Amino acid sequence: MSDVVLTIDNLTVALPSWSDRRNAVEGVSLDIHRNEILCVVGESGSGKSVMAKSVLRLLPAPHVRVTGGRILFEGKDLLTLSEPEIRAIRGGRIAMIFQEPMVALNALMKVGRQIDEVLEVHTKMRAAERRTRVLELLADVHLPEPERIIDSYPHELSGGQRQRVMIAMALAVEPALIIADEPTTALDVTTQAQILHLIKELQRTHGTAVLFITHDFGVVAEIADRVAVMRHGELVELGQTSDVLNTPQADYTKALVAAVPSMTPRARTSAPASAPLLIVRNVEKTYGRHGGWFGSRGRTVKAVQKVSLDIGRGRSLALVGESGSGKSTLARCIIGLEESDGGEIILDGEQISGLTRNEMRTLRRHLQMVFQDPFASLNPRHRIGDIIALGPTIQGVSKEQAWKEARELLMLVGLKPEAVDRYPHEFSGGQRQRIGIARALAVKPKLIIADEPVSALDVSVQKQVLELLDKLRRTLDLSMLFITHDLRVAATVCEEIAVMQHGLIVEQGSTADIFSNPQHAYTHALLQAVPGVAWQTRSAPSI
Amino acid sequence: MRGTALLFYILRRLLQTVPVVLGVVVLNFLLLQLAPGDLATVLAGEAGGAPKEYIDLLRQRFGQDQPVIVQLYRYMAGLLTLDLGYSFRQSAPVLQLLLDRLWPTLLLMGTTFLLSLGFGVTMGLLAALWVRTWKDHIVSVVAIIFYATPLFWVGLMLILLFSIKLGWFPTSGMEDVVAFNEGWDRVVDIAHHLVLPSITLSLFYLALYARLMRASMLEQRGLDYVTTARAKGLSERQITIRHVLRNALLPVVTMAGVQVGSLLGGSVIVESVFAWPGLGQLAYQSLFARDFNLLLGIFFLSSCLVVIVNLIVDVVYVLLDPRIRIG
Repeated sequence: MSDVVLTIDNLTVALPSWSDRRNAVEGVSLDIHRNEILCVVGESGSGKSVMAKSVLRLLPAPHVRVTGGRILFEGKDLLTLSEPEIRAIRGGRIAMIFQEPMVALNALMKVGRQIDEVLEVHTKMRAAERRTRVLELLADVHLPEPERIIDSYPHELSGGQRQRVMIAMALAVEPALIIADEPTTALDVTTQAQILHLIKELQRTHGTAVLFITHDFGVVAEIADRVAVMRHGELVELGQTSDVLNTPQADYTKALVAAVPSMTPRARTSAPASAPLLIVRNVEKTYGRHGGWFGSRGRTVKAVQKVSLDIGRGRSLALVGESGSGKSTLARCIIGLEESDGGEIILDGEQISGLTRNEMRTLRRHLQMVFQDPFASLNPRHRIGDIIALGPTIQGVSKEQAWKEARELLMLVGLKPEAVDRYPHEFSGGQRQRIGIARALAVKPKLIIADEPVSALDVSVQKQVLELLDKLRRTLDLSMLFITHDLRVAATVCEEIAVMQHGLIVEQGSTADIFSNPQHAYTHALLQAVPGVAWQTRSAPSI
Repeated sequence: MRGTALLFYILRRLLQTVPVVLGVVVLNFLLLQLAPGDLATVLAGEAGGAPKEYIDLLRQRFGQDQPVIVQLYRYMAGLLTLDLGYSFRQSAPVLQLLLDRLWPTLLLMGTTFLLSLGFGVTMGLLAALWVRTWKDHIVSVVAIIFYATPLFWVGLMLILLFSIKLGWFPTSGMEDVVAFNEGWDRVVDIAHHLVLPSITLSLFYLALYARLMRASMLEQRGLDYVTTARAKGLSERQITIRHVLRNALLPVVTMAGVQVGSLLGGSVIVESVFAWPGLGQLAYQSLFARDFNLLLGIFFLSSCLVVIVNLIVDVVYVLLDPRIRIG
């Protein structure tokens, strides 16, 4: 076909000898057409990013290198081009957008200049012309006040704005192909929706081909024309988006699609209403109130403003909000890692706000936390048994008893009891999160606070961990405060939802009510922004 | 906007240095009280002994018969009017002595600072560009040798080789005092005398900065913004000069600022070896003469120097890194 832009033909990329796999990418063949968005979906380690980087020969040489196949673009094999030839292609004919807009931009250079560099390298425009063009590009990606943005540094922009700058940079010289490597993964859900919309809009107006790497089927449903599914470096399935999403052929694709948390809200449990376990009344937290010795004007951030909520016994409440909404700060106040500035926190009839560390210590076993990052939250020098048994031992349980219970807990969370003698690095992300849950359960708490416990995990692992949490909660009759940015996850695990924005709870109610009839404009926007919402609500089983 | 903010920041920082420097002075004063002996006993000892009455008389003249707290009060009161007291040993006001010795030390320190930073950064940069080749290994080995060699030994060996064997450079002093050079001749003469001491003092810091710069360059080169720059079609040379270099310099600047204080300490040794008429040498002499007024004056001046250099480094940092918020 004449409108093929890029052909990846039987590409194989080798990993260094010390890795657990020989090849990152193994015999992958793909075509990308003009005016088309091809999504490559896969979990971490599937080789999708390595494949994308090998197109522009950006692999970390010499360890990761292409060992076979061809990448044809405009009649040339990119893999055999000379250094100056490939440089002319990079940024000129093929542009790339990366995942983390903060670290992908040079922090010490004005963003205007960073876009300008592309024009400087690939065109013969004069400085004044280039500036006009940069302003035009900034306007094209809908950045407000291009005149101000052009002389801003990356840290002066929000995450979404930085990603818009990256897109402007990619569009600068009208490339034939844009490779976007998880460009919205690091963004909030409403920002993600805007960026996806922008990419689609620009792609349509310019007729560009886009190779879009993602791990999220919601994003695929939102943006892709065709989908390629990758696993362990191999192409598992390739087809039209609607076919792959609705009638997946390969078993792996079926499992992945099934693992996407559904938009079907969880039904309200008919548990009898008893006195709530946790009562939060008018809790406030403001940062940066103290001025310095020599009168520095401290900037204050009202992280949490007069927030009230209740969690009943055996109930779970999802606290949903975007980054900076104050949801994590509230959780830290409840568990006593931060001291709230005002209001009351009452757990099981006892006031726990305003207690000293010593007074808090005995109460602490009633509430435990599961942290977001399973890699950073387990001490790498401690054995799993020590990690789990530490809490009970501090509370006065004998060491033998605590270790015995640790083995039982590991079985409860679906790991082998022998794991007590091993160290955290020997486990995968999902397994570590199970260990984190076992650690939290070890002191037999009444309330579990889970702070984004699955956001660092792949979608299939995420599903397992969510199911585990749900099962444990029901069998052990625990209450849970579940903090998440993802409404889909909230809908899966919690009967009730509180939506937080700018330190305030804007809406609170049962999951079913909020999904079917959102009252607040922000809740509405959040629901609309869920990637692939149209696909999911259509494919959801009708009740 | 940023300019005026910076000015206010500098003023506020200067204000903050006042209690720091005063605290240092008090601490030094009290510490020196712990040293055995005083100027009177040293003078008496040099004269081959003296009756107790005479020593008491000397102490009375120096004001050392008063209780420590009164002495401290007098000293601090004098300090606030920039009266640093009188050196009875050198028979001159301390301030006068310090000002005479200040600029040779500043010259030595400044030259050393520029030399070590300039060559250190260049060496580190080249080593990072040549990473894991024989050139990189040579730079690294040389840096380790410089890093590990004691200052005084380097000084003596340089004198032995370049002054005594080859006769290229003078052995000691800051200028040829009997030549009575004027104008450019004097500048050239001082520069000629400056070569060996500044090289001696530079080597250690040069090695430090080279190693840090190499590590910093390698770290920065692996970051995502470098991949972005490469994906834009920039050449490796453009990437290094425009993007990596400035980012890699930040930790080196921080380290250089911290090291200025120890540079002053190193200059005591180098000034003694090369008979360089600076503050370091003066400190050394006054310590053994128990000339506490002079010693305190030197400490005071040194702490002022360190504090000011740190402020300069912070301002440079603000100029280099737009992310640093002033306030």
